[in-house]
Amino acid sequence: MSRSLNFSVSDTINAFITTIPEVSYEDGPLSGTTVAIKDNISTRGVETTCASKILKGYIPPYDAHVVTLLKEAGAAIVGKTNMDEFGMGTTTENSAFGPTLNPCDPARVPGGSSGGSAAAVAAGYCDMALGSDTGGSIRCPAAFCGIVGLKPTYGRVSRYGLIAYANSLEQIGPMAKDVTGVSRLFSVIAGHDKRDSTSVDRPYTHTPDPSIKGLKIGLPSEFFGEGVDPKVAESVRNAVNTLERAGAEAVPCSMPSMSHALAAYYVICTSEASSNLARFDGVRYGPGGDLRKSWHEEFSDRRQERFGKEVRRRIILGTFSLAAGYFGRYYQKAQTARQMVRDDFNRLFKDVDLVAGPTMPSIAFRLKEKSDPLQMYLSDILTVPANLAGVPAISVPCAKVDGMPVGLQLIGRHFEDEKVIDAAFAYEQEAA
Amino acid sequence: MVLSEDVRKIAKLADVGVDDGELEEFTSQCSDILTYFEMLDALPQGAGIDRGLVNIFREDEVTESLSQKEALSNAAETEDGYFKAPRVM
Repeated sequence: MSRSLNFSVSDTINAFITTIPEVSYEDGPLSGTTVAIKDNISTRGVETTCASKILKGYIPPYDAHVVTLLKEAGAAIVGKTNMDEFGMGTTTENSAFGPTLNPCDPARVPGGSSGGSAAAVAAGYCDMALGSDTGGSIRCPAAFCGIVGLKPTYGRVSRYGLIAYANSLEQIGPMAKDVTGVSRLFSVIAGHDKRDSTSVDRPYTHTPDPSIKGLKIGLPSEFFGEGVDPKVAESVRNAVNTLERAGAEAVPCSMPSMSHALAAYYVICTSEASSNLARFDGVRYGPGGDLRKSWHEEFSDRRQERFGKEVRRRIILGTFSLAAGYFGRYYQKAQTARQMVRDDFNRLFKDVDLVAGPTMPSIAFRLKEKSDPLQMYLSDILTVPANLAGVPAISVPCAKVDGMPVGLQLIGRHFEDEKVIDAAFAYEQEAA
Repeated sequence: MVLSEDVRKIAKLADVGVDDGELEEFTSQCSDILTYFEMLDALPQGAGIDRGLVNIFREDEVTESLSQKEALSNAAETEDGYFKAPRVM
């Protein structure tokens, strides 16, 4: 049976780019649950901009696979959320629609790039949201806004209809106030889709189970060392103690590949971005231009006017990394470093079930605090390893430092999203 | 370390305009970032990623797709069912 609801919020934190005032929905496991969608996920008939001027007015003629699944499950899709342009950022300040503010402190950023999704859930505007995570873009804003966010195992959720930024790294994932909500949303979006060639037939039918007796958790020294705010590290150690009270066993370990992970991540993501974003020429979608100019002149002018600085910077860096003469020095070496990260996880996971650490090295930054791009990149150091390896990782709120939320990150083996969710659920139950 | 001329050249190759006012800022930022990337130099030239994966092909059969009207629905200018683009030559 088809029903409808009216959606109206006073969006004082700029979480939404588009809201849908009258939403119809069907019966199903998520019937009437309000869900917000990151604005890089295609929604048929609803403007989808990636927070970029270059896609202003773009109305997708089809739904992303995850959106089709949500509609079939009865979810009420209430709007499209703000983000860093094309997912490129850690603060949601790189948006053509202005920054989203953190609902816990409006002088601070919500994290990024799925900052609008996290803020909308944290502010209570909607029940759940979808984000996408290329190098931490679900887990970072979940940590900064005090909600739960899961980056699934690569391949578990179809990327069909996700406007691509760095295909080999990114996954769509669920965000909600608690682990049960994340689990419910994940059960709807996981599964095989032949339209995504990297999609794997591993549906998710699990119900969170807090019995974690005997679960072995590795604590890599690199996640608690240099560059990590000692107060954040301390609160995450306390959270691990809570997991031990619930029956888990924590052991120290080491991930030497962390030293090269961030550089490898930024070489790979900018390289893939420089190729992916070549499609934005203003001819097939987006506002038109001056057809009297020559192709390169017109293409270049349009992209200067309509891409923000961070997007152009990443296209330039990626083009440089892939250029003849530099390919071996940057891109191929980055692949070596990526394999080292995978090898480290494989080695650790022979002995432990999960790896734990902080999601972010600090609490949410103040607005405009990270004005230098490299400084902003460095804050992704704890989230990029899971993307490089393709393993599942969750962020669950575990403490407050200076009044701001801190996230506990739990990383698991490939296709053991269930175990990651169970441990996060056990933490939630034990800490309550 | 990159020079402003390198950035100008790469930006031209990538078809992203960078104006003179931005060139210095982009050069200094890209220099810092590429200097940071140089740590990768110390790594061995590996064989790259081996995931043991194989390509999965399907028969080249016509399947459901967007109609021509839908495909053109977001274009600013069209003519006779085609996209209209700036001249290439």
